[in-house]
Amino acid sequence: MNATAATPLDTRSFDLVALAFAAALALQMPHQPWWLGAPLALVIGLRWWQRRQRRAHTPMWLKLPLLALLVLAVVGRYGNVFGQAPGTALAVGLLALKLLETETMRDARVGMGFACFTLMAALLSDQSLLATIAVALGLLPPLAALRSLEPGRRVPAALWRELLPGMALLAAALPLAALAFLLVPRLGSPLWGSPNSAEQRSGLADSMTPAGFTQLLIDDSPALRVSFDGPPPLPEQRYFRAFVMGDYDGASWTYGDVADQPPVAIEVAHSVRYHISLEPTRGRVLPTLDVPLAAPPEASLRRDRVVIADKPVDTLRDYTLASATVYRLEPQLGRHRARWLQLPDGFNPRTLALGQSWRRQYGDDAAAIVQAALTLFHDGGFRYTLAPAPLGRDAMDDFLFDTHEGFCEHYASAFTVLMRAAGIPARVVTGYQGGYWNALGNYLLVRNADAHAWSEVWLAGRGWVRVDPTAAVRPQRIDLGAAAAAPGGQLPWYQSGWLQALRNHWDIVNRWWNLGVNGFDALRQRGLLRPFGVSETETSTLAALLAASCVLAMLAGLAWVWRRSEPEDPARAALRRLERKLARMGVTRANGEGPRDFLQRAARSLPAQRGRLVQLMQHYLELRYAHAEPTAESLRALQRAVRDFPVSRVVK
Amino acid sequence: MRAALRRLAQRAERRLPALTRLRQPEPLPIELDRRRIYIVPSAFGLAFGVLLLVMLVGALNYANNAALLLTCLLGAACASSMLLAFRTLDGLRLRGIRAGHAFAGEPLELTLDFSAPRPRQAVRLDCAGETHAFAVDGSTELKLHLPTSWRGWQELPRLRIWSTWPLGLFRAWSWLRPQQSVLVWPRPESGGPPPLLPSGAQERLRPQPGEELAALRDYRRGDAPRHIAWKASARHHDLLVKDFDRPAPREAWLLDWNALRSFDAETRIARLARWLGEAEAQGRRYSLQLPGGRIDVGSGPTHYARCMDALALLP
Repeated sequence: MNATAATPLDTRSFDLVALAFAAALALQMPHQPWWLGAPLALVIGLRWWQRRQRRAHTPMWLKLPLLALLVLAVVGRYGNVFGQAPGTALAVGLLALKLLETETMRDARVGMGFACFTLMAALLSDQSLLATIAVALGLLPPLAALRSLEPGRRVPAALWRELLPGMALLAAALPLAALAFLLVPRLGSPLWGSPNSAEQRSGLADSMTPAGFTQLLIDDSPALRVSFDGPPPLPEQRYFRAFVMGDYDGASWTYGDVADQPPVAIEVAHSVRYHISLEPTRGRVLPTLDVPLAAPPEASLRRDRVVIADKPVDTLRDYTLASATVYRLEPQLGRHRARWLQLPDGFNPRTLALGQSWRRQYGDDAAAIVQAALTLFHDGGFRYTLAPAPLGRDAMDDFLFDTHEGFCEHYASAFTVLMRAAGIPARVVTGYQGGYWNALGNYLLVRNADAHAWSEVWLAGRGWVRVDPTAAVRPQRIDLGAAAAAPGGQLPWYQSGWLQALRNHWDIVNRWWNLGVNGFDALRQRGLLRPFGVSETETSTLAALLAASCVLAMLAGLAWVWRRSEPEDPARAALRRLERKLARMGVTRANGEGPRDFLQRAARSLPAQRGRLVQLMQHYLELRYAHAEPTAESLRALQRAVRDFPVSRVVK
Repeated sequence: MRAALRRLAQRAERRLPALTRLRQPEPLPIELDRRRIYIVPSAFGLAFGVLLLVMLVGALNYANNAALLLTCLLGAACASSMLLAFRTLDGLRLRGIRAGHAFAGEPLELTLDFSAPRPRQAVRLDCAGETHAFAVDGSTELKLHLPTSWRGWQELPRLRIWSTWPLGLFRAWSWLRPQQSVLVWPRPESGGPPPLLPSGAQERLRPQPGEELAALRDYRRGDAPRHIAWKASARHHDLLVKDFDRPAPREAWLLDWNALRSFDAETRIARLARWLGEAEAQGRRYSLQLPGGRIDVGSGPTHYARCMDALALLP
């Protein structure tokens, strides 16, 4: 073992090792900064070329500075080397540098273990079905490299053929893996810190600046999937509220989270029950359809009926809620009125003047003021675009009187400022609007690109009323969704047309994957045996089941291994069949009785079949002894004769 | 007490035939089956197991079901590789062993004839500190070199046949102890006098003219037709062939154990072995007189081997 461990790698093994490293790096690439991934890919490529050309070692004066550079880069970027993101970055870097010193079998084995580890780490960032399949395929090069280290094997000519046995091995391991996956007891609470939430993922933030959504609006990944008890709401009612923002400082709107105030009163005329499965956001807000009536478990309902979870949403989160779709929210504003009228001093003088002029014009008719603003957006030459011109210090003035272009954030913000200036309590609400109704899966798919901002105004007697100023500019945004709203050429190619439709249909697979695999948590595991009448499956039961199924799987494997596949001689098999038929007719072959004696005895005791039996005997003996290799035709003739041999249950 | 120990040993032998060094030599062919194949994880396998455990705990901790699924998949694949390691050896047959010839102290070439119903890869065999890796496709011959030290019969050592196929995580092995011995020839002395020829031998050596017809002899297959003596053959029952310009036939050596009475047995054997080798190399005819019997005059590799075997087997 030790003698072979120091053996230098042959070319094929080294190719496979390099391929395994490259695959691990490629799967990590989307989650690593480019300045780390690109040089590492270069290192792997150069090293492969160098070893192939000259079979030379990498000098120490090259390896050490590269290692130091890597550690410095990671520390410089993340501050330390601990935690998930810096740890993964360091692991990826070390993996690539490991190829520099991979010369012997031992190095290759260590490297392959490390590559498997790095591959698994790629799943920490992305758990979708495609990512999982990609990582599973990424396991093939390490398996092939490990195989190639065994001396005395048959080497296939083509490199890709090396990957096939690994695939067969993984396929054979799938049943046991599925069983283990079901039965490995899940942890109720993590052993150590959950993934650090410093890095905000795409998703809604608790503050909003006009043009702050731009990244979100081109992020095409799913944000939430919603299934309804009963029919889904109409497209124009599909508003998912996340944050209610009332504080405006002239540049951005912010959500002030106050924990210990009871939610405001609501009078419900119609409500809907639904179920949301939320993709990890790293944030704590749980979007809800319109106005929620109560908070789901492990979350609380804030003053303005915003649902905030107790912990950041780091994994897929499922919750069931009831929401009001026809309602009167906060019928009496009371002492909070001033809060919804607050405007910063010294900003947007022209906007304020416009609002005040409407107030003078329409007096107390709030509905008329709202209509005036919507008319302004509709007829005032405004344009919907995802790439608006930048705005200055008086952002709303610039937008309303100068650039005339923007998207939902601009319109919601400007509208709210106008309303407040006119003395109508107003606020900005962010969330999602629209979504794709997947008829096959009966659920609504909402993407991050469906993020939206709108306004709510408080009207006496009606409470908070949703007003979507974007709809005034571009009604398609509301009716058809985000994709339809964008003017041509502004959305990336993958969001357009038939491809988008295909992606929407494909999403049902992701939903199944999320429901079946990613959503299989400790809670669902405890209900695993419910069909068998066990309401709560204890951890000890799971462990016992796991052990039992491992033993069973091993036994099945051993049965397969111990099976001696001696291909039975076809002539002999035919004779056996004849023996069984004769045994049913009362003539049993004795131990040590040759076929000739037996068939002669059978012919004597079954005179009715005498002719057939003698013929069969001669046929068999001829097959057996007349030729070295019996011909296929005469073999088939024997088999046919045996098959047609009649069994008559005449007991003599 | 001793009887109990022996019973225990026999019991161990019966239950764990491959593990115990008590294993008796067994006749060929030897077929490996599950009762004599043993498997343990290799050092790399243990380390990989620890790595899998780390990945499992990590996946559980982060409640990352995708990673958990793939960790389970990798673990199950590794466990299955154990079965493949077993299958590499299971059903492998050592059908026969052919031994070459070697002087004592020189390696002796062994040819092991393996066969298997299924093709095998990466089978390894340990013999005398060397490891040989080979694949078996139907049947395969493996050449080994067995060190020798002393003339006479030498038992084959225990051979360890093992494999870490396919991933190097598990090591399956079995011991082979074929009931077969190889005959090691005595080592010739490095130098010494030529044998004492019987008196008058020198006169009988007559130089022969090179070009002339030397003799007529019976036709043997392979003789060129132009060498056939047609005229002579016409008067004869068989075809006769002209034998030309042969080098002078050397005098036959009559090697005699008793002629070396002044030396001890091993020295005599070594000297006789050297003379046999020289005679064979010079193309002489020779005979050998040993205490156990006499080998008549002859030449050629078979004759040489017969003489050397007789020498090797001297007490």
